Amino acid sequence: MKCGTCSGSCPSGRVVAFRTRALVEARATGTIDYDDPSLWYCTTCYTCMERCPRSIDITDEILHIREEAYRLGKVLEPHKAVLTYIWKTGHAVPINDAVREKRVRLGLSEEPPTTHRHADALAVVRALMEEEGVTNE
Amino acid sequence: MSELAFFLGCIIPNRMPEIEKAARLSAERLGITLSDMGGASCCPAPGVMKSFDQTLWLKLAARNLSIAEAMGCDIVTLCNGCYGTLKDASMELREDPALCASVCEALRPKGYDLAVVPDVYHFVEYLYHTYGVDALRERVTTPLSYKVAVHYGCHLLKPTKYRQGASSERPTFFDELVEVTGATSIPYAEKASCCGAGGGVRSGLKDISLAMAQKKVDSIKGADCIVTPCPFCHMQLEQVADIPVLHYVQLLALSLGVQPGEMGLEVLP
Repeated sequence: MKCGTCSGSCPSGRVVAFRTRALVEARATGTIDYDDPSLWYCTTCYTCMERCPRSIDITDEILHIREEAYRLGKVLEPHKAVLTYIWKTGHAVPINDAVREKRVRLGLSEEPPTTHRHADALAVVRALMEEEGVTNE
Repeated sequence: MSELAFFLGCIIPNRMPEIEKAARLSAERLGITLSDMGGASCCPAPGVMKSFDQTLWLKLAARNLSIAEAMGCDIVTLCNGCYGTLKDASMELREDPALCASVCEALRPKGYDLAVVPDVYHFVEYLYHTYGVDALRERVTTPLSYKVAVHYGCHLLKPTKYRQGASSERPTFFDELVEVTGATSIPYAEKASCCGAGGGVRSGLKDISLAMAQKKVDSIKGADCIVTPCPFCHMQLEQVADIPVLHYVQLLALSLGVQPGEMGLEVLP
């Protein structure tokens, strides 16, 4: 069955040549090209997965393909940076001085009550990352 | 009075604290206690972390869930990304006791446990299903008259296997919450479309990401503002829209009588 409901439902497929159906097929036949940048075009909106008449968990499959790409070291530089931020601060998007000032003006604590203010919690985040072999390096 | 563990995430406290302030002021007026989750981290970001290492994604999410468990509270969040990660993780842990046990084994020596997996709510879901639309309506003191282009965002609704709604096609609950404030939800062609930010596309491939947002925003006609339940969709749509974008809690706060200046809203649409 090659109905193409997935490709037809894909928001990325409307702006770039991303064919979800081809990716699902490559997954099934073991012919994935991990250098293909289109692996990273999926916004994980789940529309294809919700609409698939064969109930294939398409978005989940795409995420598994990406995990394999990551293990092969084939990731985009900006994504590596996100990982670095989490390692350094516990946040994918850490605070900065301008926002510290804005928080104070709003009557909020200068830094949120997160890993930004709890070094012990950040140490646990890092320990969990290390255990999985995912570090800043 | 209900007490909830308030999961902040990253974008709201570290980029858009106006939304955090609007949520705290709204909750106060609604009699909802939002208790801080000391030491919470990134949810972690589903687009990147779930694409790299799902075991780590689950463990970091479980640590955040564990903070709420120790507080004896269910979790509420204002971000579709955080909601997606924490809700999906909570469901995976509940469905698979062996998986939950192995995650707990990793967490326990570090001082965290997860004997009971807390419920995870998006704030708008909590308002709709638990607080109730009628109770909310009674609290509105300053009905608004804006015409609103409502954007649900994807992870509030999907994957439906881990959501309350049976279908993600043509939902109405968020429109109802917007209209409780007195505003009118107007139809537009691309209402159901993704904003293009998720899955690491905004951080990794920005042009493609913004092209999706542009397509969506171009189909909005005659609205005073866009209202979203998600700071990530918010940032994304704001970049291409020529009308203001508000998080739902900012709209709600205005209808509850909060002055724009109290929550850092500089210009009213």
